[in-house]
Amino acid sequence: MVSMESIAPIVADTSRLDAAWHALERVADPEIPVVSIVELGIVRDVALRDGKIVVTVTPTYSGCPATEVIAADIERALAAAGEGDCRIETVLSPPWTTDWIATAAKNRLAEYGIAPPGRRRAEASRTVDIRGLQRRRSDAKVTCPRCGSSMTREQSRYGSTPCKAQYRCDDCLEPFDYFKPH
Amino acid sequence: MTTDRTLFDYLLRLADSDLILAQRLGEWIGHGPVLEEDIAFANVGLDLLGQARMWFAYASEVETRMNGRGRTEDELALLRDGGDFRNLLLVEQPNGNYADTIARQFYFDVWHELLLTRLERSADARIAEIAAKALKEVTYHVERSTDWIIRLGDGTDVSHARMQAAIDVLWPYTGEMFTADATDRALTGDGVACDSESLLAPWRERVGAVLCEATLTLPSAEWMQRGGKQGVHTEHLGHVLAEMQWLQRAYPGAQW
Repeated sequence: MVSMESIAPIVADTSRLDAAWHALERVADPEIPVVSIVELGIVRDVALRDGKIVVTVTPTYSGCPATEVIAADIERALAAAGEGDCRIETVLSPPWTTDWIATAAKNRLAEYGIAPPGRRRAEASRTVDIRGLQRRRSDAKVTCPRCGSSMTREQSRYGSTPCKAQYRCDDCLEPFDYFKPH
Repeated sequence: MTTDRTLFDYLLRLADSDLILAQRLGEWIGHGPVLEEDIAFANVGLDLLGQARMWFAYASEVETRMNGRGRTEDELALLRDGGDFRNLLLVEQPNGNYADTIARQFYFDVWHELLLTRLERSADARIAEIAAKALKEVTYHVERSTDWIIRLGDGTDVSHARMQAAIDVLWPYTGEMFTADATDRALTGDGVACDSESLLAPWRERVGAVLCEATLTLPSAEWMQRGGKQGVHTEHLGHVLAEMQWLQRAYPGAQW
C-alpha cells in the first residue's frame, strides 16, 4: 500500500516544476514584450536534478544579443518563485526554429505590429540556385499587420533585430517588422 | 587519427576565421553606404561571432580534457597573439571599398556553406550540431553576398571595374580554403572533419557561375597564398588584433 509519506515528495516535486514553468511563462522576450520565452520555444525543458531546478534552453540566432538578458531574466523569475539555486543548460540540437512558436503567440505578434513568420522553406530549396538569385527570393505573402494588405515588400532582410526583417506596405505605406522564418 | 590536440587546432581554425571576419565586418558599423547595409553587415558579423563562440566553447572543453584547464572563450579570443591565430588569410584582408568587402565575403560564404553542409554529417556529434545551427544563418549569408556580386558586377561601369579589381586582388587568398595539412587529414580520416580539397570543385563551379552571371571574369592565376591555418599571417592581422584585444590586455579580467 502506498503511504502518504512516499507520495508527498512526488507531489512537492511536481508542484515545484509547475511553479517553475508558471514563472517562465511570464518571462517576456526582452525585444518583443507580448510573447514569452516559453511560447517562442526557447525554453525546451524544466527538470529537477539533485534537488535543483534545471532549465534547458535553445539559442535562437547564434549571435542573438538577447541571450544573456534572457538567461538573467530566467534566473530572476525563478528566484522570485523561490528557486534561486537554479541552473540553465543550453542545447544546440535540434536547432531552434520559428516553427516552434505557438500560434497564439503568432497572433499576438501581429496585434503588436510585427508580421509573424510563415513556415520555413523546405530543406530542398536551401541550396543556392544561381538562376533564382537575380530576383530577391521572397517568402510567401507577408501580410501588413496594420491594414491587412498583402501588397508588401521587403526593404531589408535585417530589421531592428537579427530575427526580423524590415518590410513596407505599399497599401497603407507604413513600415513594419517581419519575424523571419528560421 | 583524431587526438584532442588536432581537434583543438581544427576548432580554433573554424572559430578564428569566424571571429576575425566578424571583427572586420564590425568595422563597417556607422560607415555603411546605406543604412540597410550598415545593419546587414552588423548582423552577418553577429551571426559569425555567435558561431565563433560555439566553436570556442567546444575548444575550451577539449582543452580542459587535454590540459586539465581550458581557456575561456574570452581568453582564447582576446589573449592569444597573432602567431597563435588559425584563421584563413582571406578574412584578415582589409575592408577596402564595398566591392572589396563583398568579394571577400562572397568567396568565404560559398566555402563556408559547403563546409558546414559536410560538417553537419561529422562523426563528432558536437561539430555536427554546431554546423547544423550555423548553416541556417550561412545559407542566407551566401544568398546575400551572391546577390551583391551580381548587382555590382552587372551594374555601372564604376561598380563593375571595382568588383573585378576586388575579385582579382583577393583571388590568391582563396586557395588556402582547400588545402589540407596533417591536422586536416587526421580528422578527415575519422570522419570528424571534411576533406577540404574536395570542396574546391563545387566552390569553383558556384563562384564561376555567379561571376559569369555578374559579367565578371573568373581569375586564372594559379599561385595561392597560404599559412593562416598554421599561424603565419599577413601584416593585417596584427592591426585587427590590436583593436580587438587592447581593452582586455590593458585591463585584464575586465567585464561588462
